[in-house]
Amino acid sequence: MKSQQYVLKMNNISKEYYGTRVLNNINLEIKAGEIHALLGENGAGKSTLMNILFGMSVIHSTGGFQGEIELEGNKVDIHSPLQAMNLGIGMVHQEFMLIPGYTITENIKLNRELIKKDFMNRLMPAPLKQIDFDEMNKEARKALDTLDIGIEEWVKVAGLPVGYMQFIEIAREIDKQNIKVLVFDEPTAVLTESEAENLLKAMKKIASTGIAIIFITHRLDEVMEVADNITILRDGQFITRKNKADTNVFEMAELMVGRQIESMVQHDVKDYDNQPVSISLKGFNVAMPGEEVRNLNLDIYQGEILGIGGLAGQGKIGIANGIMGLYPAWGEVLINGQPLTLNNPKESIKRNLAFVSEDRRGVGLLLDTSIEMNIAITAMQNKDKFIKKYGLFSQKNHSEIRKHALEMIQKLDIRCIGPEQITRRLSGGNQQKVCIARALTLDPMILLVSEPTRGIDIGAKKLVLDTLIKLNKELGITIIITSSELAELRSICHRIAIVSEGKIEGILKPDDSDTDYGLMMSGEYNKLKSKEVI
Amino acid sequence: MRNKLHVFIKQFGLPRIIIVSFLLSLCVLAIIYNLSIAGLLSDTLVRTGMHGVLVLAMVPGILCGIGLNFGLPLGILCGLIGGLISIELDLVGFTALFTAILVSIPIAVVVGWGYGILLNKVKGSEMMVATYAGFSAVSLMSIGWMILPFKSDEIAWIIGGGLRTTITLTERYDKILNNFAAINIGNLTIPTGLLLFLITMNFIVWIILRSKAGIAMKAVGDNPRFATASGLNVNKYRIFGAILSTVLGAIGIIVYSQSFGFIQLYQAPMFMGFSAVAAILIGGATVKKASISHVFIGTFLFQGLLVVALPVANKMLTEGSLAEITRIIVSNGIILYALTQVGGGE
Ligand SMILES: Nc1ncnc2c1ncn2[C@@H]1O[C@H](COP(=O)(O)OP(=O)(O)OP(=O)(O)O)[C@@H](O)[C@H]1O
Ligand SMILES: [Mg+2]
Repeated sequence: MKSQQYVLKMNNISKEYYGTRVLNNINLEIKAGEIHALLGENGAGKSTLMNILFGMSVIHSTGGFQGEIELEGNKVDIHSPLQAMNLGIGMVHQEFMLIPGYTITENIKLNRELIKKDFMNRLMPAPLKQIDFDEMNKEARKALDTLDIGIEEWVKVAGLPVGYMQFIEIAREIDKQNIKVLVFDEPTAVLTESEAENLLKAMKKIASTGIAIIFITHRLDEVMEVADNITILRDGQFITRKNKADTNVFEMAELMVGRQIESMVQHDVKDYDNQPVSISLKGFNVAMPGEEVRNLNLDIYQGEILGIGGLAGQGKIGIANGIMGLYPAWGEVLINGQPLTLNNPKESIKRNLAFVSEDRRGVGLLLDTSIEMNIAITAMQNKDKFIKKYGLFSQKNHSEIRKHALEMIQKLDIRCIGPEQITRRLSGGNQQKVCIARALTLDPMILLVSEPTRGIDIGAKKLVLDTLIKLNKELGITIIITSSELAELRSICHRIAIVSEGKIEGILKPDDSDTDYGLMMSGEYNKLKSKEVI
Repeated sequence: MRNKLHVFIKQFGLPRIIIVSFLLSLCVLAIIYNLSIAGLLSDTLVRTGMHGVLVLAMVPGILCGIGLNFGLPLGILCGLIGGLISIELDLVGFTALFTAILVSIPIAVVVGWGYGILLNKVKGSEMMVATYAGFSAVSLMSIGWMILPFKSDEIAWIIGGGLRTTITLTERYDKILNNFAAINIGNLTIPTGLLLFLITMNFIVWIILRSKAGIAMKAVGDNPRFATASGLNVNKYRIFGAILSTVLGAIGIIVYSQSFGFIQLYQAPMFMGFSAVAAILIGGATVKKASISHVFIGTFLFQGLLVVALPVANKMLTEGSLAEITRIIVSNGIILYALTQVGGGE
């Protein structure tokens, strides 16, 4: 009765990073075919626990860990990801691990290339064997189809939007044979609801073949939908293990945070249509690979919170990136009626725009630089803040930088050892908060945020969204939020623009019906409406 | 306990542990062969001061993202021109030394600027291009030395055209920094002026790295996409780094020459970039990360090894030419080893 036994047991796992204990006697038990949710706040230690399971080198280069891992009843020592893979453990990482210059197929099949089966090829030594690209493409296609994703398998990964990368990571894992345990570290964070839906379906399908799944997420409704059992961590401690049937969303949230969570503030609905226009986009185009914006027109009013939603690949991400000058853009952008010079990030910042990128590690952070410097640098370079001037010469103003960083750390609840810690060593959610802190430091008039709550736990999410609302109310900052999470947009935005095929399909109010949202997202709204007119 | 040791090795870097143990074992041999440790230490200090600024020139290159500056000979050539001009003007002493430096700086700024523009055109393969840029410049200047109109008979051959291969500085500023406020303790001589100069140069670079431009330069080297999004002009700050590195190379060779007692022209600058690269790597820098402390540690270890290895080899192999060969093997061996460690400690 194999299915009744635990495929994987992690017993009394403890781990220290540079003298700080981040995991303390954690136990985790998973049966074959089970979907097991692993929950906890940002920095609770979820990714660290999974890195241990996967033999990642960050673990071993920082002094290893204590405790033992049992796979199908046998004690195993896992020293490298390769070994973990051979033992049948797969992992979809929180931060992507793809080779940009390779095609999707090559990434999926990396190190497991298929060999042509003809006679000559059999005689060749391994490094000279010819690769069977047709067969590889076919299998890659199959994996992509399981996930319901339409992208071509021969496209290069470089420059693809993050939503796609996530699916490619997953496709790579489910394509492996002999997989026993599959770890998903926040796979849905970058996906829209409908894409996440597909993914959850795929997960159930995978689990039904007897593969055990460890599922890390901050979206509790997803947990309720797919998980069988739940393990909760808090600050590196094991809190509880529950059967899904015995718990509910509120209890889980409380257990994670250790205190009660108030429900999200509902934003007062206001009519902004008569306000002066803050940003006006006319015939706006952005050549961001995979997220192209085509001839888009949009007016954003002063003092409003505008949401931009839409499916991955439709162009919603491209808008903010184009306005900030990070991808080639053309067309007309007016800020308070004055044209903005395009393709010039410095100019955009000068006009009091600030941006929180969706690509946190690629664009958002200096990973080997301190938190305080990450927060201060953009304002220093563009607004001469945190600088002491001595004639022609300047020096950084260390004490001001420190003071400001401490303030931000407190305001946004950034969990860290101190302002001097390098950002590489922060958990994903806390890295996100550093990015937001930097944007706020610019004192912007218009704040563009892409996926602001991606990978942030519910406690912090409320904090971030509340902060945005507060900035909007108290300082009158115009905010443009691009997000894959419609629910989030609907809870804080005044208006929500839905992007489809690089254009605005329509603009909705937060309390418009779900059907309207659904239709707009799929790009059917205008077609249906025009039929009605006829 | 085992973990602690492991973490220590990780942080200090295995390469440095190996180099330090090698150096220590050479020192033990030196004691066994009855060599003067104080003398060896004095030599090491002199050579550290002599090469330090050239090694320091690596830091801005690494930090601004162009990587290890194998094109250091470009800066060296600028410094040599400065040195020659100060002799041509018939200056002596500190005036001569500082005139040489002041004259070479604007030349180095212009050259470094062009060099930076070149490197911006070959992003991704800077180091290889830099190496060949250095080689070509040295070869071109070999023609230059033949035709430059210097008149002083210390510099130019009296008969025929062109400049001498080696120019003596005895009458000019030979060892002027080394001897400035030098301290003698028994057999140990501390070249105070030379070391003070090195420390001052390091301090200046440290100050620059904390200025607005310096911070921008580091951000550009660390993550160009981040820098762009922060409104920084990536190419501009890479050029800034290349200029800084070239200027330091120019000053570095003048300090080197005053300590050496000669200015060497023609092929001499060809491979000077390599030992500077090796030193900073041994100090613990990587292609992406470098700091002032890497300069001091690296130069001291690298020069210490060379200083101690030579007399030890002399004692071990009494055959004259064999000792010379051993010395070449050791110094190139260290360079080779350092280059394999480009990945660095982490
Ligand atoms: N490489 C590292 N060096 C030092 N400390 C680290 C490192 N990686 C993580 N940490 C620390 O370990 C703790 C746990 O981090 P971990 O990434 O496991 O959190 P997490 O539960 O995955 O959070 P999130 O939901 O934000 O992804 C954090 O306090 C973090 O600062
Ligand atoms: Mg994590």
